[in-house]
Amino acid sequence: MSGPTANCPNCGAPVKFLWSSAVQTTCEFCHSILVRTDVDLKKVGEVADLPEDASPIQIGTEGIYQNKSFVVVGRILYEYKQGGWNEWHIVYNDGASGWLADAQLEYDLSWFTKPPASLPASDQLTRGQQFQWNGKTYELTSLTRAHYKGVQGELPFEYWDKTDLLFADLRTTTGEFATLDYSEQPPLLFMGRAVEFNDLHLKNLREFEGWS
Amino acid sequence: MTVKTRSLSCPNCGGPVQLRGFAHTLSVTCPQCLSILDASTPEVQILQTFQGKQRIQPKIPLGTRGKLGGTTYEVIGFQVREVEAGGDSYSWDEYLLFNPFQGFRYLTEYNGHWNFVHVESALPDQSRSAGKLAMRYGDHTYLHFDSMKAETVYVLGEFPWQVRVGDTAACQDFIAPPLMLSSEATSGEVTWSVAQYMPGPEIWKAFSLPGAPPPRAGIFANQPSPYAGSIGSSWRTWLWLNVALAAMAFAFLVLSPGRTAFSDHFAYSQGAQQKDSAFVTPTFQLDGRDSNVEVKIHTDLDNNWAYFNFALINNESGQAFDFAREVSYYHDSDGTEGSRNNSVIIPSVPAGQYYLRVEPEMDPGAPFMRYDLELRRNVPNFTLFVIAGLLLLIPPIISTVRRAGFEAARWRESDYAPAQSSSSDDGGDDD
Repeated sequence: MSGPTANCPNCGAPVKFLWSSAVQTTCEFCHSILVRTDVDLKKVGEVADLPEDASPIQIGTEGIYQNKSFVVVGRILYEYKQGGWNEWHIVYNDGASGWLADAQLEYDLSWFTKPPASLPASDQLTRGQQFQWNGKTYELTSLTRAHYKGVQGELPFEYWDKTDLLFADLRTTTGEFATLDYSEQPPLLFMGRAVEFNDLHLKNLREFEGWS
Repeated sequence: MTVKTRSLSCPNCGGPVQLRGFAHTLSVTCPQCLSILDASTPEVQILQTFQGKQRIQPKIPLGTRGKLGGTTYEVIGFQVREVEAGGDSYSWDEYLLFNPFQGFRYLTEYNGHWNFVHVESALPDQSRSAGKLAMRYGDHTYLHFDSMKAETVYVLGEFPWQVRVGDTAACQDFIAPPLMLSSEATSGEVTWSVAQYMPGPEIWKAFSLPGAPPPRAGIFANQPSPYAGSIGSSWRTWLWLNVALAAMAFAFLVLSPGRTAFSDHFAYSQGAQQKDSAFVTPTFQLDGRDSNVEVKIHTDLDNNWAYFNFALINNESGQAFDFAREVSYYHDSDGTEGSRNNSVIIPSVPAGQYYLRVEPEMDPGAPFMRYDLELRRNVPNFTLFVIAGLLLLIPPIISTVRRAGFEAARWRESDYAPAQSSSSDDGGDDD
């Protein structure tokens, strides 16, 4: 899959888009955060080196889930008090995009979803709270305040703020998963499900010393 | 790009600390001085210096790799956790297993009982089963077994969280042997996991460990009952053996219907017989080895009774077999009582020439009665089949009792143990 190519306004290196709808990307060479405008790319910031991490996924990792193939094009690394997690931005071969979360090697797939009902305000959330969405009971299992530690590659929005944001994770008795992202008002809803590593059929993964 | 392994030097003793869990490792115990270190930042901090406890050697050494469920895992962390129950404390070992792609699993061991644990992402559904609190998860219903507060009392190796000695968690176990569903709550957040019971030798094989696994003591919460499979199958076997027995009895009936030695029609009337109604039949031959003889009486009684005294007498030796039968048959608008027919079996009658002495009696006011007598040699006797059927009951009953004993011993270790159970509760027998 190859999309349009442009040049980094900062260093002039070629910037290749894997996904035609990308709003933001990072320059592989000078780590500038680049936002697409109608005519060209604009540098809006610079990412610090991403901290060492041990996700087996990387940009360019390909996978197949439920007979739909996808490729990883971008990433947000979140950090909170007890650790961090990766939200890998994935693009399906039909152009749709989604997120593959890797939290200490526990994987969730989700998609931005139009809320089936009005969503609670952030100060109305408590653990154990239940919501009826699409005929399923979603229970709020964790509330996490996190900020982004870094971004990499193509993202569907401009995103480089570093303030703490509230995330609410919800789960069902049948493996569905949802996240309420309070970075905007009203909050954003992502719905999907928990997945086992083997069900993702991933290729082009990172290698680990001592594990071949 | 290959992810490289890291190493630290311990800020407490200066010794080298190798990391096996890459950047997932947030805390690690120094193998030299047992200090627990924060491995999440380059400037390594001491989280806890290990108190002067004696060193515990994990049964599976850190760094050992083994294959479970088709995936290779490396043992990277070890902790001893303890619970208090009734004034006693019990502890078990917990191994943290790591695969850089598949993630983390746990292996627990208590008294030689092993469990392979997977953290679950879906939520169980609370229900009740047989009056007990239960959880429905996946295809299984798990019965509540116990609730406890577990405390970490010893730590070695690496963890993807900031571990400390003294960490506590509120735990609950629900069982569906060989599976166990457990919840662990720390600061309000609940984690669910499913454990699969594993025999020690399988663990030893999976991790290629030398020697033999520690012997098993007692019965563990989700240990599969050795009688669980056999109980259903032993009753199934019993059912099939009974079918076979019934088929044999039927074949016996068809192939050996007995041989009629004597048969005739008779009539009885009060006036004709006067006082002595007795008579003897013509002689008949009974052949073969010692065998039974059945005498069948068919009457035309109607709201009446008759009493028959018999003697089967050997014509040569004079040996007599005495027996009697009553026949009574009554009916009205409410229904019927009794039968017009009766029969008697005399066992072990030797071969020879015999005749039958018959002495019928009726109520003095009774009318005329017609009756038939039929004497048959060597009729099938179903008593043996009944006895065989009863004997066949013994194995399934034994396995049912044994299973009940096993389950009773299992539940004695739970929160539902009968109050004041005796201290000698290590046996598997029922009480």
